[in-house]
Amino acid sequence: MNLPTRFANLALVMSICMICGQTLLGQQIGNPTTQQGVLPPRGVFAIRNARIVTVSGPDIENGTVVIRDGKIEAVGAAVNVPPGAQTIDGRGLSVYPGMIDAGTNMGLVEVPQGANGTVDLSEVGDFNPNAKAITAVNPYSAHVAVTRVEGITNTVTAPTGGLISGQATLINLLGTAPKEMAVVPHAALVINYPRIGGGGGGGFGGFQQQPANLTETLDANARQVEQIRKMLRDAEAYGRARDAYAKDRSLPRPDQNIVLESLVPYVRGEQPVIFRAEREPEIRGAIRFAEEMKLKPIILGGNDAWKVSSLLKEKNVPVILTGVFSLPVREDDPYDTLYETPAKLQQAGVRFAISTGDSGPEVRNLAQYAGMAAAYGLSKTDALKAVTLYPAQIMNVADRLGSIDAGKIANLVVTDGDLLEIRTRIRYLFIDGRPVGLTSRHTELNDAFKNRK
Amino acid sequence: MTKKLILMIVALVGFMGSVAQAQRVAPQETLIRNATVLTVTRGTLQNTDVLLRNGKIAGIGKNLNASSNARVIDGTGKYVMPGIIDCHSHSMLDTINEGTLAVTSMVRTEDVLNPTDVDLYRALAGGVTTLNLLHGSANPIGGLNSVVKVKYGRPATEFLFPGAMPGIKFALGENVKRSSTPNQPGVTRRYPNTRMGVEETIRDAFVRARDYKRAWDEYRAAVGKDKNLVPPRRDLQLEPLVEILEGKRYVHAHCYIASEILMLINLADEFGFKIKTFQHVLEGYKVAKEIAAHGAGASIFADSWSYKIEAYDAIPYNAAIMTRAGVVVSMNSDSDERARRLNIEAAKAMHWGDLTEEQALRLITLNPAIQLGVQDRVGSIEVGKDADLAIWDGHPFSVYSRVDTTFVDGVVFFDRQQDLTRRSELAKERATLEQAEPNRPPAPGQSPQRPRRPRTQDDTIEEEQP
Repeated sequence: MNLPTRFANLALVMSICMICGQTLLGQQIGNPTTQQGVLPPRGVFAIRNARIVTVSGPDIENGTVVIRDGKIEAVGAAVNVPPGAQTIDGRGLSVYPGMIDAGTNMGLVEVPQGANGTVDLSEVGDFNPNAKAITAVNPYSAHVAVTRVEGITNTVTAPTGGLISGQATLINLLGTAPKEMAVVPHAALVINYPRIGGGGGGGFGGFQQQPANLTETLDANARQVEQIRKMLRDAEAYGRARDAYAKDRSLPRPDQNIVLESLVPYVRGEQPVIFRAEREPEIRGAIRFAEEMKLKPIILGGNDAWKVSSLLKEKNVPVILTGVFSLPVREDDPYDTLYETPAKLQQAGVRFAISTGDSGPEVRNLAQYAGMAAAYGLSKTDALKAVTLYPAQIMNVADRLGSIDAGKIANLVVTDGDLLEIRTRIRYLFIDGRPVGLTSRHTELNDAFKNRK
Repeated sequence: MTKKLILMIVALVGFMGSVAQAQRVAPQETLIRNATVLTVTRGTLQNTDVLLRNGKIAGIGKNLNASSNARVIDGTGKYVMPGIIDCHSHSMLDTINEGTLAVTSMVRTEDVLNPTDVDLYRALAGGVTTLNLLHGSANPIGGLNSVVKVKYGRPATEFLFPGAMPGIKFALGENVKRSSTPNQPGVTRRYPNTRMGVEETIRDAFVRARDYKRAWDEYRAAVGKDKNLVPPRRDLQLEPLVEILEGKRYVHAHCYIASEILMLINLADEFGFKIKTFQHVLEGYKVAKEIAAHGAGASIFADSWSYKIEAYDAIPYNAAIMTRAGVVVSMNSDSDERARRLNIEAAKAMHWGDLTEEQALRLITLNPAIQLGVQDRVGSIEVGKDADLAIWDGHPFSVYSRVDTTFVDGVVFFDRQQDLTRRSELAKERATLEQAEPNRPPAPGQSPQRPRRPRTQDDTIEEEQP
């Protein structure tokens, strides 16, 4: 039954053999299983005769991408294949930058229900700035391979819970240790902006905790904001005292405080702060708060962002939208409100990225979130950018990820069609310049059972 | 008092709005001209007309003629596909689980239908026209289902799909065992607590049903001769189970892992009835030949996995493996959100597992129709079938496509252009209502109004999905 594809693969491999005098590269290379202690080696690779969707510039209808030692060395229509390069004939294929989902908990949870031991999402207490996602990311989570074989090469993995949840990490979906996966080990501080009427922006608490009247509700909210403010101010003071002591040892030596210490780069605006906020009041609150505290804010969630677009534009605050596939928030919202939100933000000039907002299993469907936005008003080009270049820019790694440009990390996906289309197949995958096998727990189980008679 | 009154007026205005929408009279005829028609049973027809008359598909072909008062829609560049059938939904149910007993075959979803659930409209906007409304999965034997056409704006009784096979929900595994409910001191756990107990619960129910049926059969055979015979006492719990034994009621069984699927097949064989569909059936691919041999269907998710232990071995190749083994497979939502994009879910079976386009289309049209016993009415574009279909602005398997118009029984229940046109009107109405005194923000010290929930959600523990 698989014959047409099989033949297609065979034909592809044969065409590689016939065309290249150089080392041959078939689909059998790369890391074949979900758990292997040795990474596929880097080297020199060239993808020739392919349509190259650079994302940063115009598409190259027939061009070559050269990968060397983990980086994109060259891309263009008239690029030569270096001697000794392993070559892929890309005729009929397209090369895209790997997709990036900037709003996940990838690797922090394996099975959320019934297997608490596999859940490392949320620390106890409201203030955990020193909880670092990179510590707990599981490189051997089945979710990692299942996700990357669909063309998602990077995630931002964030802890949840409390008010200050911890620090997110930006990872390659390949590696035998968290350190090997990390592109930016500590990529952002994550704050659940306190939700009026209960809990943090992450949604714990909810309506049950709603105080009896409006004054109390607003007071409770203001108290939570004040708690965050106080901690950030303490961190500023701590940082100043620490630096002052470093310059002048005659000053009193400040006791080391691992909690405040972890906040210093964020309160100084050196690193971004992700605010989880869905509704208009929380988004506005987060923007005001970030301005007051001179933080570098990113809104995560953003279901109501379209209502706040002029302020988001004015303050140049980007949004990682996780709600494209959520049901509209209010009963009387138009049915396509959240499908349309990316298009509205684009028109308003707000920077945004599209994310699944998922803990792991659903992240592989990122392309469809972007595609749905394109069905409802976003251009196809911007839809693609919303899962590649835009998240890279928002996370401040556009010098390394998000497009096919010389010098960037070689995270590349070779497809037989439009990357965002459901029926498109991934044919080759490179992460960090390494050719990655297209196998996962799911392909392995498929292979194990598909011929059971 | 005044507040209540105004709230009532607000509710009434909203209600009248939806009535006005529903009362838009359908033209006797609609002619869709020059579209690409995905018939499901007869391939894809290019540049083809589809004529809808009196709620039925009256013609498919080139250059069809319609009467002078027919509405004509230019289908150039558009795709017509049958209305999507969602074989696992809890939409429009005011409550989902009667979870106090392990066998609740006496309760009926038909009694708790809420026709104003706005998610019905959102499903129509995704091209969905038929739903299998199932009881929740708290019990080995749950309540009775309702098969409905999505006639948003009409009274609940008009939703019911005439002639659909009656059905019932069964459930196995973690939800039934109540794996997520912690032990509480002093509280006895409900039986069953293991997959062994689940089997015995169902066996016990069918032993009782068989005896009950025998009592009635004996009574009916003898009452002609002896008019003074006393009939057996009616048992509302066992009556639906007798209908299952007699092949008059379809069993839709929620399940996950291979062993429990085999258990239910064996149990059904023991009592001589059939499982019509295994629902979710995430490990169906491990026992596909046994499912096929029993003659059961499978109604699955495209690619949900890992949300609980029994979902950890789920793979997106499930549809393909079971289809190739001869199982009638459908792709369902079990979610008001996912119901809006079942076209995408079906297309995934081409991406994972290489189903053909027609096989993938069947997953959300003809196959679920078969599973609900309505295959003679819906599920494909054929002359004589109900005019339940949707016009898409591109191929429904493209992620970039959306629905223009959805018909149920030849009547438009969703139209994107009409929806867009009404928005400014609705926005004005909303602005006016917001000015009404009770809708203003409360003064300091007063209680905020709780947001109104569309419907009760008591499905937290036995939720089918994470």
